[in-house]
Amino acid sequence: MYSFDYHRPDSLDSARSLFAQAEDPMYLSGGMTLIPSMKQRLAAPSDLIDLSGLAELQGVERLDGDGKIRIGALTCHNDVANSALVLEQLPVLAQVAGAIGDNQVRNRGTLGGSIANSDPAADWPAALVGLQATIHTQDRQIAVEDFFRDLFETALAAEDIVVAVDFAIPRRATYQKFRHPASGYAVVGVLIAEHDNGIRVGVTGAGPCAFRACALEDALNNSFTEEALDAVDVPDVGFNSDIHASAEYRSHLVKVLSKRAVAQLRSES
Amino acid sequence: MNVAITVNGQVQNVEVAANTLLVNVLREQLGLTGTHVGCDTSQCGACTVHLDGRAVKSCSVLAVQAQGAQVVTIEGIGSTDDLHPMQAAFQDCHGLQCGFCTPGMIMQAIDLVTDAQSQSKPLDSDAIRHGLEGNICRCTGYQNIVAAVAKGAAELSSKAKGA
Ligand SMILES: Cc1cc2nc3c(=O)[nH]c(=O)nc-3n(C[C@H](O)[C@H](O)[C@H](O)COP(=O)(O)OP(=O)(O)OC[C@H]3O[C@@H](n4cnc5c(N)ncnc54)[C@H](O)[C@@H]3O)c2cc1C
Ligand code: FES
Ligand code: FES
Repeated sequence: MYSFDYHRPDSLDSARSLFAQAEDPMYLSGGMTLIPSMKQRLAAPSDLIDLSGLAELQGVERLDGDGKIRIGALTCHNDVANSALVLEQLPVLAQVAGAIGDNQVRNRGTLGGSIANSDPAADWPAALVGLQATIHTQDRQIAVEDFFRDLFETALAAEDIVVAVDFAIPRRATYQKFRHPASGYAVVGVLIAEHDNGIRVGVTGAGPCAFRACALEDALNNSFTEEALDAVDVPDVGFNSDIHASAEYRSHLVKVLSKRAVAQLRSES
Repeated sequence: MNVAITVNGQVQNVEVAANTLLVNVLREQLGLTGTHVGCDTSQCGACTVHLDGRAVKSCSVLAVQAQGAQVVTIEGIGSTDDLHPMQAAFQDCHGLQCGFCTPGMIMQAIDLVTDAQSQSKPLDSDAIRHGLEGNICRCTGYQNIVAAVAKGAAELSSKAKGA
């Protein structure tokens, strides 16, 4: 790891001004992605600005007005998976968080770090897409449709800090993941949610970043059955192809996991 | 930079560079070589310690991130004469061969038991396997490790009930 200067500000404002003054800074949350990348010299910031002291980024709460669940960016995956509020009001979030990596990673890695990084195989992005999330930064709100742009690319500017994410509470939802057996990352992950305004299907792992599978949504809005998905074509154009899985196989997985999700939800009701 | 970390109950003031890893402070500056480095790429779990009560991979934490924190290593849970129940269970069940992964396995296993107890979750063999996903063993084939964790968990929970 190259050398760098380390800062641990105690407010959003001082984090932002440290960022503005440094030559080539990066923010640090759980470090589960950034520290390994720095060891491999894939990242070499001049300054690391550790966000872990920011109280503004903590907490899990239910919002009064629109009844959404707000999760602070610094909340680690295990704190989401074990949150009594989440388990009661939006258990699918615990399902997603509990499926990430391994226990040690879930004790450090955070929601904010995961979505800012936007790894194509990360789990959280499928949940944001399926649960109509809104991403809050220090000074603006971004709808999830505008947030995930491309491979490791989001609507965030370098100096932006993810503060919290709001998730809509659907009538029912489930997450199905084909887990890479070694890394734990999603080869493909599909989150299906039934909201008052229709079905949402959030897909991760398949493309360069998470996306809505609109054709699958249309089919399920017509008929919420596994058979309805048979007729839908999931083109693999632009899908990821690597040593783990071909684009064609990933497209197949999108459908298989969607069917499993539908079967799961139908069996619960 | 100077950082103060409480390690196994004792406050340690150490001088570190910003890019020093927690595991290197433990092993090289404090001589606590029970915590092992198997991969240095966050995969194997041999470097697992407790940071403020939770299992983490100390090869992926900067020493400066542990400023003010409580760290417990394998040396902090028991001694040769007075083994922690989880250490004793690994011995009884033959849960180790070369022993390289064992300190990390035991620290993770204790976290798993604490977690299950605090949330009254059952710790069956599936839950143990899921809980040990971040720990790799090149020797045992895991069977006896899972048996050891189940035994250690049973002993810890009967101890907790007795207390
Ligand atoms: C062994 C292993 C297995 C894993 N398996 C999975 C898996 O199965 N599924 C999965 O989804 N992930 C997995 N991960 C990744 C893990 O979930 C990471 O925690 C996550 O991707 C990044 O979160 P972090 O808090 O560690 O971020 P960091 O590593 O601290 O930061 C990541 C990036 O985000 C930026 N950043 C951090 N916080 C903010 C913020 N609040 N605002 C703006 N920018 C920010 C940083 O500058 C950096 O560029 C795995 C990681 C490891 C090491
Ligand atoms: S040495 Fe830390 S995970 Fe392998
Ligand atoms: S006992 Fe040798 S690596 Fe586990």
